[in-house]
Formats: sequence, C-alpha cells, structure tokens
Amino acid sequence: MYRVHAGGTTYTFSTLKELLAKATPPRSGDVLAGVAATSAAENVAAKMALADVPLKQFLNEAIIPYEADDVTRLIIDTHDAVAFAPISHMTVGEFRDWLLSENATPQKVSALAPGLTPEMVAAVSKIMRNQDLVLGAKKAHVITRFRNTIGIPGHMAVRLQPNHPTDDKKGIAASIVDGLMYGCGDAVIGINPASDNLTAITDLLVMMDDIIRRFEIPTQSCVLTHVTTTIDAIAKGAPVDLVFQSIGGTEGVNASFGVTLAHLKEGREAALSIKRGTVGDNCMYFETGQGSALSADAHHGCDQQTIEARAYAVARQFKPLLVNTVVGFIGPEYLYNGKEIIRAGLEDHFCGKLLGLPMGCDICYTNHAEADQDDMDILLMMLGAAGVNFIMGIPGADDIMLNYQSTSFHDALYVREALGLKRAPEFEAWLSRIGVTDTSGHLAPHAPGNPLLTHAQALAA
Amino acid sequence: MTMTEDPWANLKRFTDARIGLGRSGSAMPTREVLNFALSHAMARDAVTTPIDWTPIEKGLSNLGLSTLRIASAATDRSEYLRRPDLGRRLSDVSREALVRASEVEGSAKPDLVILVGDGLSSLGVAANTLAYMSAFMPYVVKAGWKLSPVLLADDARVALGDEAGEILGGKAVLVLIGERPGLSSPDSLGVYLTFSPRIGIKDADRNCISNIRQRGLSYDEGTFKTAWLLREAFRRGLTGVNLKDDSQFLIEGQPGPELIG
Repeated sequence: MYRVHAGGTTYTFSTLKELLAKATPPRSGDVLAGVAATSAAENVAAKMALADVPLKQFLNEAIIPYEADDVTRLIIDTHDAVAFAPISHMTVGEFRDWLLSENATPQKVSALAPGLTPEMVAAVSKIMRNQDLVLGAKKAHVITRFRNTIGIPGHMAVRLQPNHPTDDKKGIAASIVDGLMYGCGDAVIGINPASDNLTAITDLLVMMDDIIRRFEIPTQSCVLTHVTTTIDAIAKGAPVDLVFQSIGGTEGVNASFGVTLAHLKEGREAALSIKRGTVGDNCMYFETGQGSALSADAHHGCDQQTIEARAYAVARQFKPLLVNTVVGFIGPEYLYNGKEIIRAGLEDHFCGKLLGLPMGCDICYTNHAEADQDDMDILLMMLGAAGVNFIMGIPGADDIMLNYQSTSFHDALYVREALGLKRAPEFEAWLSRIGVTDTSGHLAPHAPGNPLLTHAQALAA
Repeated sequence: MTMTEDPWANLKRFTDARIGLGRSGSAMPTREVLNFALSHAMARDAVTTPIDWTPIEKGLSNLGLSTLRIASAATDRSEYLRRPDLGRRLSDVSREALVRASEVEGSAKPDLVILVGDGLSSLGVAANTLAYMSAFMPYVVKAGWKLSPVLLADDARVALGDEAGEILGGKAVLVLIGERPGLSSPDSLGVYLTFSPRIGIKDADRNCISNIRQRGLSYDEGTFKTAWLLREAFRRGLTGVNLKDDSQFLIEGQPGPELIG
C-alpha cells in the first residue's frame, strides 16, 4: 500500500503497478486501458508517492508476476547488484535529483545501466519534466558499431527509409539516391517491405548490398521483416547485415508479434555467423512503441510507458546496433496529440538510454492524430539536444508505403545546422570523399564527378 | 536564385515519394512546404468532416436498395478517435432500431448485411461507395444473395458490423469503411468481409480488400475480389486467414465467371 497526503486529501495506491500508472503524465492509451489517474490532482499525488518509493522496492515487487511472464524473469535474473550499488540507497525522487546533479557524470550514469530495471527508469521518468528527460538522457552515452560508429556525443545518424508501396526496385533506388545525396543513411538503409515473401525480401537485400558495395558506403542495410524470415534468408545465403524485429515489454505482446526470446537469440547468432560487420558486431535492429501491449491485450493492467521501458530490457540482451521507438505511429487512441507524442518520445529515449541502449526515434504521427510537422520540429529539436543516436530520413517526411509522416532528409539537415550535430565519422568522411558534402559536412554544390549523380542519370535513362 | 534544384528530379517518374524536392539552405523550398501542408490539410479534413449520407441514400435507392441510418456508441468525433472500443459497439438507439428491423424481417434472414461506415475518411466513403456498389450489385443479383437494408453508420469501426450483423442474423457482413488517410491517398475505401458475424470476433477472422479508389484498386477489381471471397466464404463456412484470396488467378485469365456465368 502506498499513501500520500496532498492538498488536504489522502490518496492511497494498492500496488506499485497502480502507482506507476496513476503517476504517468496523461495520455489517451492509459485512459483507454482504464489505468490512468482519474483527476489531475490524483496524478500529481501519485507522482509524490512515487518519488518517495525506495529504488530497492522495485526489486521486491514485480508489476507482472515472475511466474507469469518471461520478460519479468529476464529483468530479475539479469539484474546486476554491483552496478546498482551506487544508487541502491536512493528513493525515486533522490535518484532524479542525483541524475540531474553535477555529481552524475556521463561515466557514472552510463555505468549504472545493468543495475537499473525498466520499472525504476520508468518511475523516475514519470516525475521528470521534459527538460529533465533531455539532460538526463544526454548523460547516458551508448556507442555501437557495425560498418560505422553510431552514438558518439555530438553526432547523430539517420536511417534512410526508401519505402515503396509495391517494393518497386527502381522506385526504392530513386529514394535511396535522393537520401544519400542529402547526406542520410549512416544509421542504416532500411526498407519496410510490402511483401513478406522470402524471394522478394532477398531481392531487396541483394539490391541494397549492391549499392553499398558499388559505392563503398560505410553503412549497413536492413529489410524490416519478421526475424524468422530473416533467419531463412541468411540460411539461403542472402546478404543480411542487420536482423530486424518489433518487440514489446511482455511475453504476451511478443507472442502477438509471433516472436520469442529464443527467436531473437537465434536471429542474432545467424547474423553473427556470417560476419558482415567491419568495425563491430552489433547486428540487431529493434523497433518498439508505447501502446503495442494494450493493442495486443497483453498489458496486465500496466501503463503503456512502463511496458515500453520493459521492451528495452528485451532489447539489451541482444546488443543491438539500433533501437527505434516509433512513437506516433500507433495512433490517437494511444497518444492523442502532439503534446502526448512529444512527451512519449522524450520518455522512450531517456529510458532506453539509461538502460544502455542505442536509442533512436521515429519522430512521427498519423493523419488521425492531432499533430503536425510543427510538433515534430519540437520533438526533433529536443531529441537532438538530448543526444538521440539516430532519427528517420524519409523523402519529404511522407512515407508512401506506411501512410504516416516522419522526419525528412531536410529535417536532418536542419537539426545538424541548428545544433552542430555530425554524422557517423566513417560515413561523413565518405560523403566528403565522393563530393556530396564539403569537408565541414555541409552539402556541396552538385559536382558532375559525383558517382551518385552518374548513377542517378543511369537509373533515369 | 536562392533555391538549389536537384538534378536527379527526373527520377520522380519511378515513385510517388517526395524526392528531388530541391532545398533552400537546409529547408524545403516554399512550394514543397505548401504542397505538403495542402496534402496534410486534405487528409485532416477527410478525418474530421462529418459525412453527408443524403446523396449515398439516393444513389443506393436508384440501385433498388433500402437504407437504415445507425450510429456507434461514440458520441462525437473526438471520442471516436480516443475510444475505438465505442466505435465497435452500437448506440442504444441503433441497437433497438436493428432489433425492430430484424423482427420485421421475421424468419427470412439475409445472406449478407452491408454496412457502410464513415471510418477515418468520410471523403473515401463519399467518393467511392456508389461506384463500388454499382459494380457489386450485378454479382448479388446473379448469385441471388438476399440483402438486408444497407446500414449507414456514423463513427463506425470495422467491428461495428459484427454486432449489427449478429442482430440482423446475416450469414456474413460486408463493411465498407473510410480508411486511415495517407498524405497521397485521403480518399480510400476499405472492404472487410466477415462470415458469421458476432460480437468479439477476431480481426484474423476477416478478409480485407484495401485501397479502393479512383487512383488505387479499381471498382471492377475490388468487387470481383469481394464476390469471389463471398462465394468462397459461403461455400467453406469461414473468412479470415484460412480463406486466402486466390482470385487473381481468375481475374487475369477471363472476366468473372459469376457475372458472365
């Protein structure tokens, strides 16, 4: 039982699960699930009660029973008490104060990750303002490598997302050229395929591999299909760089994606076995997003942000190159408007980073959400300031296959110019070498000798 | 000239993606910012504009079809967007109206209940419903399928057809609904077929035909697929993932056998 006296009223919360849910900043998905605070005052009272909970309590009270859920078992069984020791005496509120203090150096914050559970991190995020989520995340440095180096402070990568509604190869190639000419693609060149057919998937993998090898691009490719399909593709000799999978924070939501922890392990081992990384072996790409557990009816009465943080406990077992929270894709019944999407994006980035993950964000919205490109500008700027590892780059921010809006190649240029963020160093050097950028990383005037321009002319012919 | 053009803009013919836009410094050029804003505005209007059923009622009447207006339990557009569960259930008034309608029909239950719902694009419903139904009716007549009055539903989700179909005792329910608008496709109609409709049925037990619109899947092709699925559903007693759409193997060879017969 958790109790707090606030504003002349005594509020009680029977479980940690209930307390976390009621302390969450307002969003439509928690109302839909029936777990949200019923008044603004109760929401703040829950934050007050939560601030006084010792971090140790999170190791004693599971929000989803150990016996009932393999993600809970993963969280408890892999908890590192030594890494936890420096903060083990703190409450949630004291942890916030410490994180934002000068004492919490990037080295100390980054070293905490194995000692933190998703629920601890979710809890502290709930009592933070948006600006706290920016500065807190900025202290957690997570660097990963495959064919380039992603996550160095002061750098930000971009996934080039060249989707096409019928997987038309010329259409996809046209979008890839466009993105590369705008200096995007260092995180990954990643296609959401329209088809899940193995032959079609393999064709796309071969096509991207050809482009990467032909122009000697220090980056990696990915076709975002089910992990079991990618395992089959590897077995048939397809050029797979990264293994993709959507994941969630409970056993049930993962089951709804048709995936188990064993599948993920098998996928990673398959990709490692073909040794295609040149500077590192982070070979997994995960996507997540608040609301997926409720959508799959697998949320166990928890709030959607806490469940989302638990997805990161799954991700970190597999040493991913990239983890992408696709924040506004799910729709207004989970995140209603720009304010809720912005908040959720900052929470997800903060929680993932503290848990030791290379967090990126698909800063996005659908046309039935109360949001527009101005809201995305705000989230982009704040995530850029928070040290986001990567964002999406989509032609004109308009994904013609998935029918939603994200960030454009131009948006990436904007945030680089506004905040001075650089690309992955190997990729930045390559862009300069072939003449897309000048030596300072700015787009150069189009020069006839640029091999990508020659390629574009050949494509058009 | 302050704007930088992209010399690869001729690649636009391979994709509808917004490539080769050029740039003004780091930003999109003015014309592209405004083009994007217009596309988004049209998609937003498709979501928020209430549907006008009057012309659809008239058009269906010309096809010999009676209609009945109903509504989901969502009380307004904002609640509809936040509470998909309410969009899947009938309002009390509509439930009573359907119960009365089923009593009038008596023991002669319909083979097919057709529900037209506004969904997420009133524009998609207004633009495509009559053309789709005109192309579909010859299949109905040819097969002799008995129809209930066509239900015109406000604030509807796909699963609203489950409760409506169950009350009317339909063997199957066909839901025509406005799809979530894309930036380049604000006017798309989706068609969902569910055998033996009842509350609580899973989405995996439906078949869907998507992107029916003038610049998408044609009315002829959409209705051919619908009729094919419907005939197979009645024959095999199911819809969903176990009823695979193999109709393309038929459509490429010759006109629809049911229609030509």
